[in-house]
Amino acid sequence: MSRPASSLYEPHRRIRVLAGPVFGAACFLATLTGVVVLSVLLGSIIATVLHRPGVHPWYDVASNTRDLYEFLKALVTRVRSRDPALAGFRIGIVGSLWLLVLVAVFAIPVGIGAAVFLEEYAPPGRLRRVIQTNIANLAGVPSIVYGILGLALFVRAFGLNRLALGPTLWAGGLTLGLLILPVIVIATQEALRTVPSSLRQAALALGATHWQVIRDHVLPVALPGILTGTILGLSRAIGETAPLLMVGAAGSILRLPRGPGDRYTALPVEIYNYAKEPSAEFSTIAAGGILILVVLLLSMNAVAIFIRNRYSRSVRG
Amino acid sequence: MSALTRHIPASHSGLWAGPSRFRSLTEAGVGAFLLLCATITVLTTAGIILVLGLETLEFFEKSKVGLLHFLTGTVLNPEGGKYGILPLIWGTFQVAAGSSVIALPIGLLSAIYLSEYAPSRVRAVLKPALELLAGIPTIVYGYLALLLVTPVLKAIFEPMGIPVSTFNVASACIVVGVMIIPLVSSLSEDVLSAVPRGLREAGYALGATKFEVSTRIVLPAGLSGVMASFILAVSRAIGETMAVVLAAGMRPQITLNPFDSCETMTTYIVSVTGGEASYGSPEYLSLFAVGMALFLSTLALNLLSEIVLRRYREVYR
Amino acid sequence: MSLPEIPVVSASSKVPAPSGVPAPSPAPAPVPPEAGPVLAAYHLSVWYGTSLALKDVTIEIPRNQITALIGPSGCGKSTLLRCFNRMNDLIPGARTEGVILCDGKEITSPDTDPVALRRRIGMVFQKPNPFPKSIHENVAWGARINGYRGNMDDLVERSLRRAALWDEVKDKLHRSGMDLSGGQQQRLCIARTLAVEPEVILMDEPCSALDPISTARVEDLMDDLKSEYTIVIVTHNMQQARRVSDMTACLMLDEDSRDKNRIGVIAEFSSTDLLFTNPKDPRTEAYITGRIG
Repeated sequence: MSRPASSLYEPHRRIRVLAGPVFGAACFLATLTGVVVLSVLLGSIIATVLHRPGVHPWYDVASNTRDLYEFLKALVTRVRSRDPALAGFRIGIVGSLWLLVLVAVFAIPVGIGAAVFLEEYAPPGRLRRVIQTNIANLAGVPSIVYGILGLALFVRAFGLNRLALGPTLWAGGLTLGLLILPVIVIATQEALRTVPSSLRQAALALGATHWQVIRDHVLPVALPGILTGTILGLSRAIGETAPLLMVGAAGSILRLPRGPGDRYTALPVEIYNYAKEPSAEFSTIAAGGILILVVLLLSMNAVAIFIRNRYSRSVRG
Repeated sequence: MSALTRHIPASHSGLWAGPSRFRSLTEAGVGAFLLLCATITVLTTAGIILVLGLETLEFFEKSKVGLLHFLTGTVLNPEGGKYGILPLIWGTFQVAAGSSVIALPIGLLSAIYLSEYAPSRVRAVLKPALELLAGIPTIVYGYLALLLVTPVLKAIFEPMGIPVSTFNVASACIVVGVMIIPLVSSLSEDVLSAVPRGLREAGYALGATKFEVSTRIVLPAGLSGVMASFILAVSRAIGETMAVVLAAGMRPQITLNPFDSCETMTTYIVSVTGGEASYGSPEYLSLFAVGMALFLSTLALNLLSEIVLRRYREVYR
Repeated sequence: MSLPEIPVVSASSKVPAPSGVPAPSPAPAPVPPEAGPVLAAYHLSVWYGTSLALKDVTIEIPRNQITALIGPSGCGKSTLLRCFNRMNDLIPGARTEGVILCDGKEITSPDTDPVALRRRIGMVFQKPNPFPKSIHENVAWGARINGYRGNMDDLVERSLRRAALWDEVKDKLHRSGMDLSGGQQQRLCIARTLAVEPEVILMDEPCSALDPISTARVEDLMDDLKSEYTIVIVTHNMQQARRVSDMTACLMLDEDSRDKNRIGVIAEFSSTDLLFTNPKDPRTEAYITGRIG
């Protein structure tokens, strides 16, 4: 500090240099909460499942894994029961798979279609803005409101009994389909926007029609993004509970649905019903169901995220 | 097929089928289908508003409850014909406020870490991990409240002479807060990463530390985007159902005690569907009135968030 | 809003202009195909939204020759080019006035199917834009959607040979077109255009993204192709225009242009030799000698 003017500056370098790492560490810890929560969550649920009579010490990984596997296998094959020793999720798992198929059949074509309309067909202007704002808002509507919609529209059809679907798989599938529609539309739109316009022009300049360009060039390039969004949407549908409670997925169904027009229950609904029971045995059953659900959803999401990271930068220019 | 075969002008060549009538038919058909898909999304919104509106009107007609009484009544007791929504609003507010206290700071700090501090390799692992966390169904968080959070609260506070109810607001706040952390951090991170590099470099060139650049340059620059993510997170907390059902219970009351149970708008809707109320009765219809209140409050927040975000985008364009 | 009258320099020494100034509509009497210009625009103006981009352009593109469009940036060269295959239709708010004829038929009328038109008037873009598909598929796709019934492998080979690319890619036809070098990609795009057997090829600065060696190959190719095709090329490179073209049109900014709103007009259109050695318009002279642009 030789120059006189310098004495007017007080850089407090030590404090400032110290504040940085402290703040950085706080930020890092905050980020870790997510990872910590995920491990606590899975850990405590696995611990609950294993805390049944005849446990092995926690470090006996092989026996514990075998126990866990046997327990989950039993849950998958048994149906709902008053007796915890006989209770399982078979009906709910089958119901959820039915829902998955129905939701996919409805929401994937409609969602991709709406996105293609918005990005490739709709002229910029009022119509497009209205639909776009509408989809953004639909994405923020609480899932239980979709349940109310499904209840009034599909289950009851405003009291018109001839049109009403009743508490059937159709009603549940359509309700969940509407619920994940915005997810699929928004993801598809983002994927379509990454397709370079030079590609569209090249195809048009060869004398291709609008639809030929989209079918042969735009959709294939956007496919990974669309796939990611679709899987994320479907996994959201599988995990939803509240709307299904509204549209009549009852917990006390004891036989497999015979078709989409039949009554049903779903895995998360059964988990909810077991979790509500005060006894610890049922709590263990619920934990087992959650394990099945979480493993299913996490693997779906992991596949989706993998697809996106793998293909996100494959086409440029 | 020699290389120098002269090209025959297209119009004279018999090898080209030329445009078929089928082609223009396909074009029109595809266009119509895509428009239909986009229309379904608009019809969904229309359906929600129509269902909620009509049934809410019917509720007010049948229950003989005035709108003012509905909005200001402090007692909710369908058996006694009392339909005051304030206990539900209070419960919803408690859960939303409590979960925000947890989620907003943690979410923001982890967004700062991911955008400013994290080495790219760490980021490549943490971002997908956060996304996986966002994919866990809410019923799992509800179960976690019962299994882990409430027992821990009991273990801490009951020795101090504070009774903790099995269903309580505090554990609902904790699990919902943890649940919305990924939402806050991922949306805020997008905004912070989008702050132009030039701004950061200008800060460093003036001799600022990383801490100062992060908190005094990047954060203020992205502030409205961060606010938008906060608002969206609050909206999500308001609309959350299953985690709250299992954590906070279903007792409509106005209390300041965080260890007592409460009922939110969403859980009331679940309790009515799960109850004995017959179709068309005032109690049954009240779920639509509460659903309307829920829909309007989340819609208002979502629109607000969009407006804030749009302002942010305008600054950077 | 009244615009000052700007004389349109349209006469070319080689091609007879229609007698008198043709009215925008009805179209001039149909000329028998193979005789008149393959493409022609009369009093063509183009707007993007409310801003005029091209004003009162009249030009006749002679058959089986290379016509170059030169001029400073933003003077509407690409706009004019894209009018000929109606690619401007894709830009929201774009609107044309005046007459464009292809083989004597009006192409701006609503009855003309732009899809069928683009097949007859192919286009090569500034940046090579192969499809992210195999080389074979890049060439075959256009032919397939246009209902080509001949042997596809033969067509692909013929087109790639014609584009002077066959020897470089014949062993890797299944590889992605994106794996080729920039110059190869551009020749692939030319092969792709040739495969639908167009009559005219529009080239929008086809060499601006290429190195000098690749540029030379594309220029050789153009010279080779002009016996069978009519080529219109937009270029910023005056040497290139001089080297490859038979006719040159020099576009200029109109006096009414503002910074944000540039209006292009044709300053001069004549044979390339004449335009570069003895420009009639002072603006053309200023441009080709490097004083503007």
